Amino acid sequence: MRYAIGIDIGSTCTKTAVLNEAFEPVLLFVQPTGWSSVDTAGAVRARLSQEGFDPRRYPCVATGYGRVAVPFADRTITEITCHARGAMLLHNSADLTVIDIGGQDTKIIRVQGGRANDFIMNDKCSAGTGRFLEVMANTMALRPDELCELAATGGGVSISSMCTVFAESEVISLIGRGESRENIAFAVVDSIVKKVASQAGRLEPDAGCVCLTGGLCECDYIRRALGAALRTTIVASPQGRYAGALGAACYALQTPKKEDPS
Amino acid sequence: MSNYVEMWKDLGMDLDTHDQLCQVLPTAFGDVYLSQENRPEGMGFWDFVVSEIHGIRPSELIEAQKKGQKVFGTFCVYVPDEVVIAANGIVTGLCGGSQFWVPGGEKVLPKSTCPLIKASVGARLDRTCPFFRIADMYVGETTCDGKKKAWEILGKDVPMYIMDVPQMKREKDIQKWAEEIAAFAKEVEKFTGNEITVEKLNEAIRTINEKRQAMARVFAATKGSNLPISGKDRLLMTQIAFFDDPSRCAQMCNKLADELEQRNRDGVSVFPAGTKRILLTGTPLAIPNWKLHHIIETSGAAVVCEEMCTGTRYFENLVDETQTTLEGQFRALSERYMKNNCACFTPNTGRIDDILRLAKEYQVDGVIDVNLKFCCLYDTEGYTVEKALKEAGIPVLGIETDYTDTDAEQLRTRIGAFIELLK
Repeated sequence: MRYAIGIDIGSTCTKTAVLNEAFEPVLLFVQPTGWSSVDTAGAVRARLSQEGFDPRRYPCVATGYGRVAVPFADRTITEITCHARGAMLLHNSADLTVIDIGGQDTKIIRVQGGRANDFIMNDKCSAGTGRFLEVMANTMALRPDELCELAATGGGVSISSMCTVFAESEVISLIGRGESRENIAFAVVDSIVKKVASQAGRLEPDAGCVCLTGGLCECDYIRRALGAALRTTIVASPQGRYAGALGAACYALQTPKKEDPS
Repeated sequence: MSNYVEMWKDLGMDLDTHDQLCQVLPTAFGDVYLSQENRPEGMGFWDFVVSEIHGIRPSELIEAQKKGQKVFGTFCVYVPDEVVIAANGIVTGLCGGSQFWVPGGEKVLPKSTCPLIKASVGARLDRTCPFFRIADMYVGETTCDGKKKAWEILGKDVPMYIMDVPQMKREKDIQKWAEEIAAFAKEVEKFTGNEITVEKLNEAIRTINEKRQAMARVFAATKGSNLPISGKDRLLMTQIAFFDDPSRCAQMCNKLADELEQRNRDGVSVFPAGTKRILLTGTPLAIPNWKLHHIIETSGAAVVCEEMCTGTRYFENLVDETQTTLEGQFRALSERYMKNNCACFTPNTGRIDDILRLAKEYQVDGVIDVNLKFCCLYDTEGYTVEKALKEAGIPVLGIETDYTDTDAEQLRTRIGAFIELLK
C-alpha cells in the first residue's frame, strides 16, 4: 500500500494527515506548534514513525507558515493551494469557496473546476483571525470553544475596534461595566464574522458550495453566524481543521519520494 | 564606498547616521543582486554605481556646480527634464526608497503618509542624502495630496518650485500643462541665467528621447520567451536612470540592450524555461526598494515588465522633435507627458489600456498590482485594475506594502500561492 503525508505547520497548531492511495485519511493528528517549528517537525516525524508511516519511506509535503522548517519534506506548497485541495477532498467538490479562519490569518479561496483561481488573505492585522478570538477568550478566562458556545446565547453588544489590542481594552471595559459574558462573547464573535464577511465580499460571489475550514470551523455558532452574514449556507467538515494537511497529503501522493541521504 | 567623507562633511551631512546606511546597503545589495547567477556583463556599470551610490554621482554634480551649472532635484516623471537640460542645468532624482529614512519623515508628517514621501522628507531633514544636500532647487508637482503638503515642509531652506499637474486629460488640460511647462522654463532661465532657445530645447528633447529609446530596448528584450535579464537587474537600471547623466544613461542602456539581444539570439536565459512571467503594476519602487522583485524572483517567477514610474511610465512615448518654435515645443512636451497615465488623473482609463497592452506584449502569466501603503490614489484605482484584468482572464494579485521587512514572509506566502495558481 502506498501512503502520503501532509504536514501543516500553522502559527498555533501543527496538523498532520496521512492518506492512502485511495485518498482516504488513515491518520490525523494535531499538536501545538509551540516555540520552534523545527522541534515540532521532529515530534511529528517521531509520531509518524511510531504509527508506521516513516517519512523516510513515504512522500511528504509541508505547508503552513512553518513549511520551510520540515527537513524531511519532499516539497513545500503554500497553505492557500493546500487548503483549496484539502477542502475539495473533504467536500467532494471541484467548485467551492473556502473560508479558512486560521491562527494568524484568514484566507478566502475560490476554487473553480478543481483549481484555486483567486484568493484573499488578511493583512498583517489579526482582526478576524483565530488569534483575535484566543486573546479575547483569555481576557474573559474562557477557552475559545467555550466563548463560541456562550456567544450563541448573547446579543445586543458590539466591539468596534478592529485592532486586537484596542479590542481587548473594549472587552475589559465591557467586563468592568458588568456586561454579561454571553453578550461580550457575542460581540467578539460578531466582530470576527463581520471582518471575515467584508473580506469575502471582495471576492466575487460565486455559485457552488461555501465551506469553512481551519481551527474555528469546529465552532458551529461561527459557521451559522458567518452564513447569515453572507446570506448563504456554510458547510463544515468535522475534519475541517485538517484541510491544509489533507491538501498537502493529496499533493504528496503525486510527489516522488526524494532519495534519503541518510 | 571610496572615501567621500570630506565631500559629505562639506555638504553638511549627518555623517554618523549616514554611516549606518552605508554599512547596511552593501549587504542588502549582495543578498539581493550579487547572489544572482549568469547576470549580463553590462550590469557591471550599475553594480559599480551602487557601490558608490552616495559618492560618485554626487561628486560629479559638485564638479558641475563649480563650473556654474545648477542642479535640480525632482520627484516625479511629469517634470520635464528637457527644459532644465536646455538651460544647461542638471536633473537628479532624490532619495526616498528606504525604510532607513522613514522615521525621520514621521517626525513631521502623519504616519498615514506614503513611505515614499516620508522617506524623502526624512532623508532631507536628517541630512543623510547627498542629492538633497546638493540640489540648488527642488521641483515638486501636485500629483497627490501628501506631496503637496510635504513641499511646504521641504521648501523651508532650499528654493522649491511647484508645477501644477492637471487632474483630467481634456484638451484644455493639455494646454494648461503646456503653459505650466512654459512658466517652468522661465523660472529655469532665471535661476540658471541661461536662455532656453529653440535649438537648445530641441537638442535636449533629442537627448531625452534617446535615453527613452535606449531604456525601451532593454525592456523589449524580455518581451519574448527567452529572459536574458532578471527583473531585479532591469529595475536597478531604471532606478539609477533617475540620477545619471542622460547621455551616459542612454549609452549604457544601449550597450546592455546589445548584450541582451545577443543573449536572446543565443538562447541565454537567466531563468529556467517555463518560469512564470509577472507584470508588476502600480506605485514606484525607488532605489533601494528591491523587496517585491526579490520575493517574486526567489519564488519561481520572473518580473518581465514594470508598469510603474520606475518602469514603462518613465520612457514610453517620445516628444515630437520637429517643432520650430518654443510654443510648439512646450505643446509637444505637454502632449508627451500627458500621455503618462498616473492614478492622479480622473478618469484614467488609459492606464487600464496600458496594463492590458503590456500584459499581452510581455506575454505575462499574471499581474501583481502593488500599492505603497497609504497611497490612496493607486489603492483605489487597484479595484478598477483588478476588475479589468479579471474580465480579460488575466490572473491578478493585489498587494499593499511599505518599506519594512515585517511582512516579507506573509508576502512570500501570498505571492507563492499566486504563482502556484498560475496555469
